[in-house]
Amino acid sequence: MIDRNISRRNFIKYLAGGSAAVVPVAALLSGCKGGDGLGDADGSQMTMRVNPNTGDTVSLLGYGMMRLPMLPDGSKEDPQTGLFDQEMINRQVDYALAHGVNYFDTSPVYCRGLSERCTGIALKRHPRDKYFIATKLSNFDSRLWPLEESQKMFENSLKELQTDYIDYLLLHSTGGGGRDPETGEDLSGLEVCKRRFLNNGLADWLVEQKEKGRIRNLGFSWHGDYRAFKLLLQLHDEGRYHWDFVQIELNYLDWFYANEINGSNVDAVILYGELEKRGIPAVIMEPLLGGRLAKVNDNIAAELKQRDPEASIASWAFRFAGTPEGVLTVLSGMTFMEHLQENVATYSPLRPISHEDHEFLIHIAELIYGEKEIPCTACQYCMPCPYGIDIPSIFAHYNKCIREGNLPQSSGSPTYRKQRRAFLVGYDRSVPRLRQADHCIGCGQCAPHCPQQIEIPKELQRIHDYVEQLKRDDGSEA
Amino acid sequence: MLRKIRIVLATVTFLLVTWLFVDFTGTAYPIAGWLAKIQFLPAVLALNVWVVLGLVLVTLIFGRIYCSVICPLGILQDLLARLRPRKNKKVGRYSFSPEVRWLRYPVLVLFIVALVAGVGSFVALLAPYSSFGRIATNLLQPVYEWCNNGFAAVAAKHDSYAFYHVDIWMRSLPTFIVAVVSLLVLAVLAWIGGRTYCNTLCPVGTFLSFLARFSFLKINFDAEKCKACSACSKACKASCIDYKNHTVDYSRCVVCGNCVDSCKFGALKYSSPTPKRPTPAPSREGGEKAGAQLSSDSEALPLTGERGEGLSRRSFLIGAALAGTSAAMAQVKTKMDGGLAEIEDKVAPERKTPLTPPGSLSARHFQQHCTGCQLCVAQCPNQVLRPSTGLLTLMQPTMSYERGYCRPECHRCSEVCPTGAIRPISLEEKTSTQIGHAVWVKKNCVVITDEVECGHCARVCPTGAIQMVPLDAEDEWSPRVPAVNEAVCIGCGACENLCPARPFSAIYVEGHEVHKLN
Repeated sequence: MIDRNISRRNFIKYLAGGSAAVVPVAALLSGCKGGDGLGDADGSQMTMRVNPNTGDTVSLLGYGMMRLPMLPDGSKEDPQTGLFDQEMINRQVDYALAHGVNYFDTSPVYCRGLSERCTGIALKRHPRDKYFIATKLSNFDSRLWPLEESQKMFENSLKELQTDYIDYLLLHSTGGGGRDPETGEDLSGLEVCKRRFLNNGLADWLVEQKEKGRIRNLGFSWHGDYRAFKLLLQLHDEGRYHWDFVQIELNYLDWFYANEINGSNVDAVILYGELEKRGIPAVIMEPLLGGRLAKVNDNIAAELKQRDPEASIASWAFRFAGTPEGVLTVLSGMTFMEHLQENVATYSPLRPISHEDHEFLIHIAELIYGEKEIPCTACQYCMPCPYGIDIPSIFAHYNKCIREGNLPQSSGSPTYRKQRRAFLVGYDRSVPRLRQADHCIGCGQCAPHCPQQIEIPKELQRIHDYVEQLKRDDGSEA
Repeated sequence: MLRKIRIVLATVTFLLVTWLFVDFTGTAYPIAGWLAKIQFLPAVLALNVWVVLGLVLVTLIFGRIYCSVICPLGILQDLLARLRPRKNKKVGRYSFSPEVRWLRYPVLVLFIVALVAGVGSFVALLAPYSSFGRIATNLLQPVYEWCNNGFAAVAAKHDSYAFYHVDIWMRSLPTFIVAVVSLLVLAVLAWIGGRTYCNTLCPVGTFLSFLARFSFLKINFDAEKCKACSACSKACKASCIDYKNHTVDYSRCVVCGNCVDSCKFGALKYSSPTPKRPTPAPSREGGEKAGAQLSSDSEALPLTGERGEGLSRRSFLIGAALAGTSAAMAQVKTKMDGGLAEIEDKVAPERKTPLTPPGSLSARHFQQHCTGCQLCVAQCPNQVLRPSTGLLTLMQPTMSYERGYCRPECHRCSEVCPTGAIRPISLEEKTSTQIGHAVWVKKNCVVITDEVECGHCARVCPTGAIQMVPLDAEDEWSPRVPAVNEAVCIGCGACENLCPARPFSAIYVEGHEVHKLN
């Protein structure tokens, strides 16, 4: 007993000594943050990146204006800005500008079509040369495919944003599919991309606008059909168009697993590589993968916190997205002031992800994706479990679901319900209920017997957490 | 025509309500759930004013069609009567008999008294819709599930997930017996006298009969056309047509239309009233007097007798199970040679206060509103609800966690309950409603008995009400045992159900009479 106490005390002493040595360095690095952990950077510490085309100095944190704060329920609608809380938007934009954020990304379709207007109102209160506006040609509707209609959309953006020029204009979501307005036939993302931007002469017209100075940077954002991405880059290579920037999805889950999660996606490592090769700056969207990398399960949260107890879960994702040098800015749709403050702190300045951190996050991604099959050989050395758990059958079912692609990930995906049913019904078929992972108490008797060194209780609990998540979310809300 | 419409409507209602009661997948209630909610007694208990007014109005206009096309038990009687083998199908087999008021009114009065006094078991016994529910869940659902399991086995062979296996289990023997007996009584009465049950015992039928006497549309006799052939009286399963005197007892007529079709001379018509009004208004006084006479007998209902015997048998079984498994466990511990350890079934602990589902507000509210129709029991996907065996609450559901627990994503019982005994409750409300609290039983806990580290209850608790603390406060390294924060616990039973101690869990939920919002 006494021994143990002493060793623990010693341990604490070492720890204290170690951190005492680290603190001054960290303080130097972070520019002596305030004691609240968030820091109250004045904007001089924000990491900036330079756009090689125009020499713009852009803040690494970009403000995505697609999830603007709303008035409380039951509030009266404003004739101009609807149910959006313009006062709060103004405050947050002021805070962002004061802390170095100078890139604001909107679109004619965000926030029920009011995002540009709200953004325009908030930004108009500041000198035009202090910030960059990014907006998009969001001509998704086939009625907007004719050149004149798309032109109108662009002119309207200028009006709503109360400006004469757009700093960054994007062809919005190239690669998304659509429908032929006449035959009603489904069209591929490639075909839609051609019809929206190329065949109708819109891209050429936008190049003209750029020459006139009404657009300063022309680029595109991409989701979906990879052929569209390749075509646009091919046109760049051939000198037909010059893309000043491209907006892609990048985060530590998409880095290697985008394709596994959704067959139509391409791993971010490939997308980013294509841009880096050509020296095209990348604007990053979905650094948190729709919030999924901020809301992780307890096991994963514990691992992240163990590695850096003071860093928030979300900050890991932002640091990952901001680390590659070719990234111009990382967009975050910050609804609440707290999000903004936290993200400003994360990037003031950016602590780049080290090689080890990178490996660690890829390991976290594996956990989140649950990609790793459990290397169980069903040798039965762990059995019988004194509490009646059928360990090999549970692992076998889990592995089978991974192999058959029945490991549902996000409840938003169209196949979620089918996969969920297959997983749960199959689970009950393969393992009697009383022998399932939810009955593992973690006594640990099994683990030393495993020749594969599987941490059996940990894996069982992970599977239990996963099953719980599936049971609780039947996908009906998505 | 009237008859054909009635048969079509009745068939549709019957199929849908039956499906509602046998379905276990949750598909039926969004489609057919409303049929339970328009049942008369459930609507009254749920204070569903519009439905009650609607049914009263329907009865005042059309007569007792409720009993013919809405009440599933009424339709079941018709069905049973039809199943009786007959020599000559064309000629009816019924005959006129006078109203049995001395039985009819007292039963109604007793029923109302029981309802007000909260004697749920008596109410449940007589309520027609509930009676049907019991028959369907106890006798039909197992068959339905058994067929489903057949399909599931085939599906599993073909790697299809269209069907999944469900456990078929006896939820409560007394309730099962009640269901069998009610079906037998109903069948016998239906074979002998058609709508005898409906017209002498059923309290809802009796109540509606008061209104039906004054209904706007009714079967009218044209005495001039009548040839006194008696076909109508023979066809009348309510035995309410007196062809000799050309009268119809509207209090018992369920507007089935059989008589209209049977009359070759067109002497019977379903139409607005003729000037003659043959039946005098019923005397309320008589009814109440008779009721008073009978009410003294109501105490001695044949519901006793099960409990004492059940207990001793149970304890014997538990003892045997205990002995058997402790031997098995002792064996298992010594070697690791593959295979599976025995798992014995859990046994319900003796709860001082029974558990009632979230949304039922309190034991009293629940007892006063529930008619024991078993719809929630049939629908509960977690095998938590089952009919209670308590004398006053017999057939009303209670909860127990040996087979599953009240899962946070489910509130199906509150969605299906037609009587408001389980009020509709959102998932958020449900997960913050305290229906009971967990109690640790030291002598069962595996931390003590098996000397292992556990903490499973703390891990699975959805509200974080359990933390693991050293058994000895002075010694930080002593075994860690659960400490329940009763104020945070909602009584969902995850800990009890998933506790490794068997057959008695080392942590179980004690019910609360009144639910609280945490």
